[in-house]
Amino acid sequence: MPTSLPKHHVERNTTSDMLAFVAGILFAGYGLFVAFTSHDEAMAFHGFLLGAASLAAIGAVLTVGFGRPDSAPPTDYMDGPIKVATIAAMVWGIAGFTVGLIIACQLAFPVLNLDMPWTSFGRLRPLHTSAVIFAFGGNVLLATSFYVVQRTSHARLAGRWSPWFVVWGYQLFIAIAGTGYVLGITQGKEYAEPEWYADLWLTIVWVTYLLVFLGTLAKRREPHIYVANWFFLAFIVTVAMLHLVNNAAIPVSIVSPKSYILYSGVQDAMTQWWYGHNAVGFFLTAGFLGIMYYFIPKRVERPVYSYRLSIVHFWTLIFLYIWAGPHHLHYTALPDWAQTLGMTFSIMLWMPSWGGMINGLMTLSGAWDKLRTDPVVRFLVVSVAFYGMSTFEGPLMSIKAVNSLSHYTDWTIGHVHSGALGWVAMVSFGAIYCLVPWLWKREGLYSMRLVEWHFWISTIGILLYITAMWVSGITQGLMWRAYDKLGFLQYSFIETVEAMKPYYVIRAAGGALFLIGALIMAYNIWRTVRGDAITDLADQPRVAASPALRVSPAE
Amino acid sequence: MNHGIFEKNSIILLVGILIVVSIGGLVQIAPLFWVDSTIEKVQGMRPYTPLEQAGRDIYLREGCYNCHSQMIRTLRDEVERYGHYSLAAESMYDHPFQWGSKRTGPDLARVGGKYSDQWHADHMANPRAVVPESIMPSYSWLAKRKLDTSELEARTKTLRMVGVPYTDEMVANVTADIAAQINPDSKAARELLKRYPKAKVAKFDGVPGTEPSELDAMIAYLQILGQMVDFATFDAAGPNLR
Repeated sequence: MPTSLPKHHVERNTTSDMLAFVAGILFAGYGLFVAFTSHDEAMAFHGFLLGAASLAAIGAVLTVGFGRPDSAPPTDYMDGPIKVATIAAMVWGIAGFTVGLIIACQLAFPVLNLDMPWTSFGRLRPLHTSAVIFAFGGNVLLATSFYVVQRTSHARLAGRWSPWFVVWGYQLFIAIAGTGYVLGITQGKEYAEPEWYADLWLTIVWVTYLLVFLGTLAKRREPHIYVANWFFLAFIVTVAMLHLVNNAAIPVSIVSPKSYILYSGVQDAMTQWWYGHNAVGFFLTAGFLGIMYYFIPKRVERPVYSYRLSIVHFWTLIFLYIWAGPHHLHYTALPDWAQTLGMTFSIMLWMPSWGGMINGLMTLSGAWDKLRTDPVVRFLVVSVAFYGMSTFEGPLMSIKAVNSLSHYTDWTIGHVHSGALGWVAMVSFGAIYCLVPWLWKREGLYSMRLVEWHFWISTIGILLYITAMWVSGITQGLMWRAYDKLGFLQYSFIETVEAMKPYYVIRAAGGALFLIGALIMAYNIWRTVRGDAITDLADQPRVAASPALRVSPAE
Repeated sequence: MNHGIFEKNSIILLVGILIVVSIGGLVQIAPLFWVDSTIEKVQGMRPYTPLEQAGRDIYLREGCYNCHSQMIRTLRDEVERYGHYSLAAESMYDHPFQWGSKRTGPDLARVGGKYSDQWHADHMANPRAVVPESIMPSYSWLAKRKLDTSELEARTKTLRMVGVPYTDEMVANVTADIAAQINPDSKAARELLKRYPKAKVAKFDGVPGTEPSELDAMIAYLQILGQMVDFATFDAAGPNLR
């Protein structure tokens, strides 16, 4: 109740509003300065975006804040930013999958590049990778980490404006990075393409994210920090470290989008793949393991299989992962000692990965029937199975002899997608299907039948995708090294490109199925959020409902 | 096992994580900056000419690294297909490196000198005109766009700040050197070649005049790839053995 709030609380709110207002003014000022002074049209556009977003934020602070207390009492959970991130994840996910399908088709039919700079493969491929990893995956992580840290700490998110800033600031980062790629603004480092000013903005957003997360942990009313939060915290802090080191650059001027990376050649290569592989290890693995450790036990209503295994899993995984980068640089000009270290730790990494997989799967002990009855559980569990498969394939491919064949081929692309589609996307879908009725206080999902359809369509899509890439990758790798009877290379390079065509068509078909599945999901989520009558309530488990609406209390 | 200390104190957990995730990077990255044998001692490496560097910037802008590697591995078939395996020294002035991770198209580490300028111009305009089975996008707009030279001097200075050994003379002559490299047999071109040995001077896109197109820059860059190091004086089994 507004009137019953203690005086110091109102004063603190006013201070927060003041700080938010000043920050908004500063960002708006810089944004508009760039918009009017940069000779580069694309950067001027980005300055305008920052300025407009900051002005909108100032407007929000002025209308909602200043003396007015939060509408919810401070003991309540803060779910608004989580809802935004959940919807954003769906929107960016579909955008990212669509661009993926487009570039898959371009590889089979090059005329689809349209002979224009903005639509050519080289610019759209980073748009695809960033959209699915950082925009889709990142928003899923924001949503789930903010949800989980509140529930497992019994505390409201720290900060009055900060969680909103994190979520909307992240969307602004995505908009700046994505439009930049299409307009030709890039650092030219894989998975780290955003230029220096987008990187700086992300740093501000990310540090705020870390502070909100830590602040919420500090306020917790549970003595222990739950295991999912260890993984979320490791993900947030390690990504901050990777981002800062790998993107160290000097801009040509403060109104030029161009910068040059501090490192060169072999040092840059090592730094880049230290970053690149741990974008996989911490962004796409540790963070999503946090999701696994909360959503699987919640959904199947069983405790995590082994507490001891969680501890071993956590520390060994984060220690070993960081060493695995050099397996991207086998037989290159990187010194041999570094290559050998990378291979050795990659192989060792198999163990904690499977430890985590076992911990996730065995959480279903005594509840395996749910795999049959609840398609949301199936999403979550099959994702862990894909996780197990790709974390076996990864160490295999890191062996130098295997890598000599697989590297530079589609086998790598297939491996990435078995992890990205099979593990990351499937566990995200499972988590979003859990979250939406819980957040919007519904009795269940609009339709469980549509979840079934989504599951099978996307699973078939993934299988088509990865088998096509296995075959094309191994075929091309073997063709590159094939010798004829006289001891000459048997195939010219272009012959090996020609041989890929049927697999590229199959891959595109797999991607199309995956996209169709996601569209079905978006429709289902949309109907659920709208609060339309549930079509098959009787088929839904009681945990599908928002906690307050369940037949008997959980826990 | 007393794990409680991490579970009950978020700051101790945070510090623990930071220590554990720092070790691998420190061991693998830091030594590359001070172990002398990391980068071979070779003859011939020099900074890119302003036109080559401008081409390299376009190479990044168009995302060529998404499909082309610039790193020939120490494997028999690669050495036979592409030439001598790549040395660390060959990318020592590359900010950022462009070794790549995927060969949808062939490796480009030694593409310099392999094809004529005319071939490159035709290939960029329409790859399928010269390689019918190619799946590369066409880059026809490169020939139509004038190279934006307004920022090149500032870019050269920035590259010097990150460690590329551009001399004062090189920085002072950025604009002159841009025009010189597409003006064969001129006095300016001879000056350019003194500063940047082995640079190729040519009307890369075939269009006369002293105003370079983006295509000029791109071809100038492609034609220098793999051309700098003098392999006649390089002894892989010598002091460079790693």
